[in-house]
Amino acid sequence: MSDAPLLTLRNLRVTYPGDEGDFVAVRNVSFDLGRERLGIVGESGSGKSTTGRAIMGLVASPGIVEADEMRLAGKDLTSLSERGFRRLRGKKVAMILQDPKYSLDPVMSVGQQIAETHRCHFRSSARAAQEAALEMLAAVHIRDPDRVYALYPHQVSGGMGQRVMIAMMLIAGPDLLIADEPTSALDVTVQHQVLAIMDDLVRSRGMGLILISHNLHLVSSFCDRVLVMYGGRVVETCMSGQLSKASHPYTRGLLASLPELGRRRAELPQLQRDPAWAEG
Amino acid sequence: MLALEHVTVSYGTGLGRIFAASDVSFQVEEGASFGLVGESGSGKSTVLRAIAGLIPHAQGRVILAGREMSMRRSTAERKMVQMVFQDPYGSLHPNQTVDQTLSMPIAIHKLGDSDRRISSVLREVGLGREHRYRYPHQLSGGQRQRVAIARALVLEPRILLLDEPTSALDVSVQAEILNLLARLRRIHRLTLLMVSHDLAVIAHLCERIGVMSNGSLIELATADALASGKVSHGYTRQLLRSNRGFDRSGAEIVDVTS
Ligand SMILES: Nc1ncnc2c1ncn2[C@@H]1O[C@H](COP(=O)(O)OP(=O)(O)OP(=O)(O)O)[C@@H](O)[C@H]1O
Ligand SMILES: Nc1ncnc2c1ncn2[C@@H]1O[C@H](COP(=O)(O)OP(=O)(O)OP(=O)(O)O)[C@@H](O)[C@H]1O
Ligand SMILES: [Mg+2]
Ligand SMILES: [Mg+2]
Repeated sequence: MSDAPLLTLRNLRVTYPGDEGDFVAVRNVSFDLGRERLGIVGESGSGKSTTGRAIMGLVASPGIVEADEMRLAGKDLTSLSERGFRRLRGKKVAMILQDPKYSLDPVMSVGQQIAETHRCHFRSSARAAQEAALEMLAAVHIRDPDRVYALYPHQVSGGMGQRVMIAMMLIAGPDLLIADEPTSALDVTVQHQVLAIMDDLVRSRGMGLILISHNLHLVSSFCDRVLVMYGGRVVETCMSGQLSKASHPYTRGLLASLPELGRRRAELPQLQRDPAWAEG
Repeated sequence: MLALEHVTVSYGTGLGRIFAASDVSFQVEEGASFGLVGESGSGKSTVLRAIAGLIPHAQGRVILAGREMSMRRSTAERKMVQMVFQDPYGSLHPNQTVDQTLSMPIAIHKLGDSDRRISSVLREVGLGREHRYRYPHQLSGGQRQRVAIARALVLEPRILLLDEPTSALDVSVQAEILNLLARLRRIHRLTLLMVSHDLAVIAHLCERIGVMSNGSLIELATADALASGKVSHGYTRQLLRSNRGFDRSGAEIVDVTS
């Protein structure tokens, strides 16, 4: 049982019905995830967030989620009710959403929101929850936890908001963390600090991590494996640090479009998409 | 084109008072691009918001095209400076379609010719007709950011303030947006002020770069100096190191300013 992967996906498909026909956002995505760090990269709209949301049971209706197999810690997700998913979320699987401020409650201080999550999951006392929240804020390298605890979402900077979200997701101690662009609003040094925290949780608690990011260098240097998505499909899987050796023309195109320090170009090469890529 | 003199912004009073920006001064020539980098919470967005006239209690002087701005801006002054916000989800109204989002500034500034302006600006940012009547939640993160840029561009401003304009974008769209910004700058002599955590992005577009820490501008450097590592401040060096990918040793270092 302990060898069974934490997460198994076989032919995951997500469809959004529309007036002009159905739009398939995720097409036959399959992978296994152990207690490891899996990266997902790919252009905007390629289906990265939708894949994460499907695992969380958060694809909004009328979106349709189908899969031959979808299992999390032994539990079958394909037949799980909304209520079942609600019980799973937080404790078993948590997702740091791409737009942090949007998911924070504007009328509650950020510290209270983290404490509330702690109380909810551990039935802790107000005092213990507050202490845990302050500790968590410090753990995500918020410099002045006492001050930031009392701030409302509109009063924190972009990077602080993102770390608040991360603290809120980590405080419940999930088995699987799906982090959707968790560090895009952070400066690079804090980015690395936050990744180091997640890395510790993967190592010490055996958490599984799915890191969705546009930052190719970051993902490739941090993750054990990287999935490259295009048009809802996984077009290539690369091992850690091997992204620069990727063979798919799409992945190569993405790498080529990165600006480089010390190599000023008037124009960056833009991706020329080949319709054949979408066919798989 | 743009000059800041001793711009200071504080929040709170007494012991709880913090300086989000303190005594920030710099200049940007017309048609030039200036980049701001610095750790989270160092005051980068605050500086942009002060330039945009969004912080009424800001102190110091903001001079645009030779004219000192009062903290309450006229409609014409507001049209001149447009800002793309850091958080594209938060800055787009969830109940408004792309079309409505773009119509609003055109109506407020009485520019007319709404239909043509909207379709042309959507084309400029790489969105199609199929996106025009969608709501934000029906767009991917990158598509939403393009809408936010389109909203700023639709007023044809002289100065564009960009707060992390590409950090939510995938690298292929990032290349498109960076090329777009470079082209707009060339064609319209647009002046750009950009905040980014990605030094390669900043150095690609900006010839001068300011480094912020704890509300202050601690270093001014050229992109070339940055690329060749000729920087004096420890934090700037750390930024350079972290730009090369994840490295635990980079994570262990505590902020130089704390
Ligand atoms: N509720 C919805 N209704 C219709 N289409 C949707 C909906 N949600 C997402 N989509 C579409 O599904 C596709 C995949 O979206 P998704 O958010 O998964 O992309 P992504 O890879 O996360 O992109 P980004 O990097 O920009 O965040 C996009 O084309 C998007 O427009
Ligand atoms: N309305 C407010 N009330 C109180 N404090 C504020 C308010 N707005 C900003 N601050 C504080 O001012 C400081 C600077 O914030 P700012 O948003 O300018 O940072 P930033 O450099 O843009 O950071 P990031 O890279 O994380 O976006 C932060 O400590 C923030 O908490
Ligand atoms: Mg996404
Ligand atoms: Mg900011």
